[in-house]
Amino acid sequence: MKKTLKYAFIQTIPVLFGYLFMGLAFGILFEKAGYNFIWAFFVSLTCYAGSMQFVLITLLTGGASAIHSAFMTLMINFRHMFYGLSLIERFKKTGKSKFYLIHALTDETYSLHCLVKPKEGMSDKKLMLYISVLDHIYWITGCVMGALIGQIIPFDTTGIDFAMTALFVVIFVEQWKESKQHLPAIIGGLCAIISLLVFGADNFLPPALVATVLMLLFYRANMEKQS
Amino acid sequence: MPISFGHSVMIIAVVAVCTYFTRAAAFVLFGGKREVPSSVKYLGKVLPPAIIAILVIYCLKGVNPTVFPYGLAEIISVICVAVLHIWKRNNLLSIGLGTVIYMFFVQVVF
Repeated sequence: MKKTLKYAFIQTIPVLFGYLFMGLAFGILFEKAGYNFIWAFFVSLTCYAGSMQFVLITLLTGGASAIHSAFMTLMINFRHMFYGLSLIERFKKTGKSKFYLIHALTDETYSLHCLVKPKEGMSDKKLMLYISVLDHIYWITGCVMGALIGQIIPFDTTGIDFAMTALFVVIFVEQWKESKQHLPAIIGGLCAIISLLVFGADNFLPPALVATVLMLLFYRANMEKQS
Repeated sequence: MPISFGHSVMIIAVVAVCTYFTRAAAFVLFGGKREVPSSVKYLGKVLPPAIIAILVIYCLKGVNPTVFPYGLAEIISVICVAVLHIWKRNNLLSIGLGTVIYMFFVQVVF
């Protein structure tokens, strides 16, 4: 167990930095909006979503309706619907832990599940569970600390959130090396860039995903013939 | 608090439930004894690399290449991470050094 936990911890270190910093930023903004660390604790525990929690602040300050809040959440977290597809088989063997693993399925935790495979003698279920709980703890800690200490940070941490970008770049390189077919990555990247240019930074994600799925389905016969 | 306690709790609850829904959708639709359709299996295989590519762009969405410093800090740092990773294939080294390089750029250079 200790070996698996240690392995899981080492693999989650990039997320530790990313989440602490993002969480701090959220906590500070949330506190400014009038919600203390107790609110920050419960939001990071129950919502547990990076970009969505920042949008949540604007929903709260704007006094949004239930329908508007639901629509925004479904749109922004739309991509999560696809994350589950590649994990169905692995989650099947996790029993009741599945309900928590699903709750904890953020972008970063999903990426780690894709990247980190159990070493010999390790339980896949325990490894995924440790990764999920550790990431969740980092996030809650960051959010609560942000709300508590505000701007009193001893050194300039500007740019430390780049750890998250670097994590995605590393996973991109890993997947590029491992797969023989690079078309999916190219399609995803191109759809994202085109969608970003057309719809702008705030709205580009849903159209980029829809376009990517459609194009992947369009090239299905082609790609299955190659593999 | 800008709005009432009850209203705040309601919004947070809606966001929490909808977030859980999006994360559970794939498992609810295809997780039971039902056979996963071949098209969905196919998507489960080809989507992760595509989604990671989208997420890289998502991380860089705030970059504005038309004004100084033209996203140079991001471009150089991303290239450093990729080259480091192709060369050494060490997750922590690529991410750690890449982040330090980026922090140096945004704090000292630009």
